This record gives sequence, structure tokens and C-alpha cells, in this order.
Amino acid sequence: MRPIKRLLGTELPVVLILGFALLPWIWMMLSSIRPDAELTHSPIALWPQQLTLIHHIELLKRTSFAQNLRDSLIVACGAVTLGLTLALPAAYAFSRFRFRGRNWLRTQFLVINMFPVVMLILPLFVLMRDFGLLDTYFALIAGHATFTLPFAIWLLTSYVDGIPQELDQAAMIDGATRMQAMLLVVLPLAMPGVVAVGIYLFITSWNEYLFALMMTGRNVRTVTVALQLFIGENQIQWGLLMAGGTLVALPATILFLFAQRRLVGGLTGGAVKG
Amino acid sequence: MLAPALAAAAILVLLPVLDTLWLSLHDVILYRPRSRPFIGLANYTRALTDPVFWESLGNSLVWVICAVSLQFTLGFATALLLNRSFAWRGIARALVVVPWALPSVIIGLIWTWMLDFNLGVLNNIGVMLGILPHSVPWLAQSSTAMGGVILAVVWQGFPFFAVTLLAGLQAIPGELYEAASIDGAGAWGKFRHITLPGLAGVIATALLLRMIWVANSLDLILVMTGGGPGTATQTLPLHAFLTAWSGGNYGQGSALAVLLTLLLLGVVVTYVWRSRAE
Repeated sequence: MRPIKRLLGTELPVVLILGFALLPWIWMMLSSIRPDAELTHSPIALWPQQLTLIHHIELLKRTSFAQNLRDSLIVACGAVTLGLTLALPAAYAFSRFRFRGRNWLRTQFLVINMFPVVMLILPLFVLMRDFGLLDTYFALIAGHATFTLPFAIWLLTSYVDGIPQELDQAAMIDGATRMQAMLLVVLPLAMPGVVAVGIYLFITSWNEYLFALMMTGRNVRTVTVALQLFIGENQIQWGLLMAGGTLVALPATILFLFAQRRLVGGLTGGAVKG
Repeated sequence: MLAPALAAAAILVLLPVLDTLWLSLHDVILYRPRSRPFIGLANYTRALTDPVFWESLGNSLVWVICAVSLQFTLGFATALLLNRSFAWRGIARALVVVPWALPSVIIGLIWTWMLDFNLGVLNNIGVMLGILPHSVPWLAQSSTAMGGVILAVVWQGFPFFAVTLLAGLQAIPGELYEAASIDGAGAWGKFRHITLPGLAGVIATALLLRMIWVANSLDLILVMTGGGPGTATQTLPLHAFLTAWSGGNYGQGSALAVLLTLLLLGVVVTYVWRSRAE
């Protein structure tokens, strides 16, 4: 009785929900390895007759996709570097120093995160255009910082809070400067948190579309924008699109699963605390 | 040590926000960079007298209410199920977040592909099972397009509720349930008197966060329908974006962005007030 009840009441619904969560993703990967003859046949067969890597090969050889992957990688790494360089000292200061307006400032960083993206992206575009920075790696990396930085600071502060103050004080009594205490004592201990924030910065930048669409396009073109452009042509080449989607989704998914525990704890921490 | 981050935040966030206010009071057309005359509130009055604004506002309401309530319902059910014990719970908990990790563009592409009129697998299955009499052009007709984009955003967002509420469930002490069992409470009684009150704070915060996020998001709709057909799926942020991006009218677009921000202010203030009271 009990195992059957668990099977029907718990495991079966979980299977259905996982089916909803995973089947669209599996359908994308499956579509990317089927020949065009199958993909353009209506109604489409559920089960593939033939598997092929032709879309993946065509995508990497005949289109600019390899170049787009490189651009995305450069931008995402830039976003991680810029984000961590700015967020770590800020998080350290929020955690260690007691100054007037500290709570107010922390709240401001929370509020920034809730501003509509259109409110930031339109003026940033006009600014970058006036300064002639459009279509550079810098424009996109800085653009991504507008919405990743507040959250990175907020997340890192809670990690640094978990490291006892006595450690940096001991280091400073032994003659270390503040900077040394932060970099040589706190940073190594906060490494798991720093890695999680780094992964958050990478995924967010890698996945981002709107800023990439506005700020770049000719010289610099990230994968999300490149994928969308395949649609614009006369006939949609679903095989190519799905191959591209699979290649783009893979790094983000793997990184997310890898850092999930820490990231979900941090991402939802704010929600759970309230 | 705060200085670099503060400077960056000032340049990248504060400046743009002030700039949006400035732009919204001027006549800024992109291909006319030399002339940006001050026109007072004209952008705002033009926006508010335009029927497209009210249509977009209506669409936004439908979009936010449907998306958030469906994400919440499915996410809550998932959290309750994943909180029970069964052999492969760990792997189920890990896999359920997969949609959340994907870029909006790819989510849009996957669902556009699955909802396609000729080649979409959902039409195929629907016809095969006899649910649909014939293929439906889901995203190409105004009566069903909103439903199509909402389906995609529910898929993208329900894992957020699942993991948030699951974390909340795990924080409720097990002794409460044991004590209730001894007192003779049934499953519904425990849910009603222990789970719901214990989770109320988390639910409120998660709902507020998600409402803000869904109300602001526009990339999924942009990829799937571009706001169409007609203006059937054009929400307020998308209206602001398209006015500036395709229309080249940055003054008008900025005014719309400011109006959206004002409309959302109430929700944001509630959220911040709650998180400060912690």
C-alpha cells in the first residue's frame, strides 16, 4: 500500500513536472541532430529516423558562429573580471566597516536591481553612441555590469559576513595592511562564494540579449544576437537554430548545475530571509 | 574600498536614470543628434493619449497576473512534492532548475519551434490525441499569441518558485508536524495551520520579486512575437523599447520607461520595506 501511494501520489507527479521542465530542452537537442528532410516534413515525426551532425558542422564552418562564440566568451569573461574587481572590495567594506548610511546604501543596491531594464538601456545607448563606444567589447561589458554588479555585491557581502573579523584583525596586528588582509586572508576563505558569484556573472552575461542587441552588432556580435538573426532570413533554418541553441545552452546549463547549491542558496537567500 | 563600486554604480545606474528623466522631457530623435529641444511634458501627454499605451498596459496586466500566478501554482506544487522523501529526490531537485539556466532567446526559440503552425510538435501531438481539430497558428493569431508567450515564461520561471519555496519548506521545523500528528491533525490541517503560515513570508517575498521581474522583462516576447501580431502581445516595457529602438524616438521611449517605473514603484517599495523590516 505505502509504496504504491508514494508512486502515484509523489513520484508520478514529479515525473510529469520533470517532463514539462526537460522535454522542450530535449526536443531542441533532438531537433539539432535530425536532417532537414525530417525537420521540414509536416507533421513532424516524434521519433527521429536518422541522426546527423550536419547542422552543427555547417553552423561552425559556414556561418560566423565560431566568431560569435568567441565574442560571447570575451564579453562574459570581461563581465566576470569587472564584476569581481568592483564587487569584492565593496562587499568587504559593507561587511567590515560600520559607517553612516551603510544600511541605506545596501538598500539602494537592492533597489537598483528592480529598475526596469528599459529605464537603463535607452540612456546608456544614447550615452555610448555620443561617446562613440557602440559596438565595442567595453560597451557590452559595462552594460552588463549595470544589472549584475548590485546583485554580485549583495551576494558577496553575505559570504564575507560568514568569515570571522578576528582573522583580518589578527593579520593586521601582524603588520598586514587592509588590502593585504582582504586579498590574502579573506579572499582565499571566501573562494567558494567568489566562484559562485563569478559563475553567476558569467551565466548572466552569456545569456543576455537586449544589451547585446542594442550595444553591439557589426564588429562584436554575441551568440544570442547571432541566433536571433538566423530567424530574420526568408526561411527559418530550424536545424541550424537548434544546433546553435544547443551549443549556447550547454555551458550555461553545466555551470549552473555545477554551482547550483551555492547559487540557489544565495539567489533565494533574500527571499527566504524576508 | 567602496569607492570604485560606488563610482561604477553612479556612472552605470544613477547617471542613466537621471538621463532617462532628461531624455523624457526633450524631443530626442536618434538620427537628429544636433537638435534635442526641451518640450516639457509633451512626451508624457502624447504617451497617455495614445490608445497603444492603454492597450500595452492592459497586456502588461494580463502578462504579469497570468505568468506569476501560473508560475507560483506550478512552483509551489513542485516544492511540496520535492519536499517529500523518495529515492531519486536529489536528482529531481537538480534537474528541475534547467529551464531557469537557459537564455531567454533560446527559450523563445524552443517554444516558437514547438508552437509552429506547420512543423510544431505541440500541434502535432494535439491533433494526434484529438485535442485539437487541426493545427493552430498559436503565435500568429492575436487570440492565442499571449497564451503562447505566457506558456514560455511559465516554463522559464516556475523553477524559481520551486527552489525558493522548497528552501522555505525545509526551514519549517519537523517537530511542528509531529506535534500536530499527535494532536490528530490530518494532512490538510497540517498544510493549513503549519505549512501556509510558516511559508507566508517567503511566499510574499518571492511573489513580489517575481512580479517586478516579469513586469520588467521583455526579451522573451521580443524574440517570440516582437509584440505582435499587431499589438496583441505588446507589453509596456516592450512598447517603450520599440518606440525607441525601431521608432528612433528616444524621448518618447524614455517617457514610457519612466511611466513604467512609476507604476512599479509601489511594488518595489513594498518589497524594500519588507526586506528592511527583517
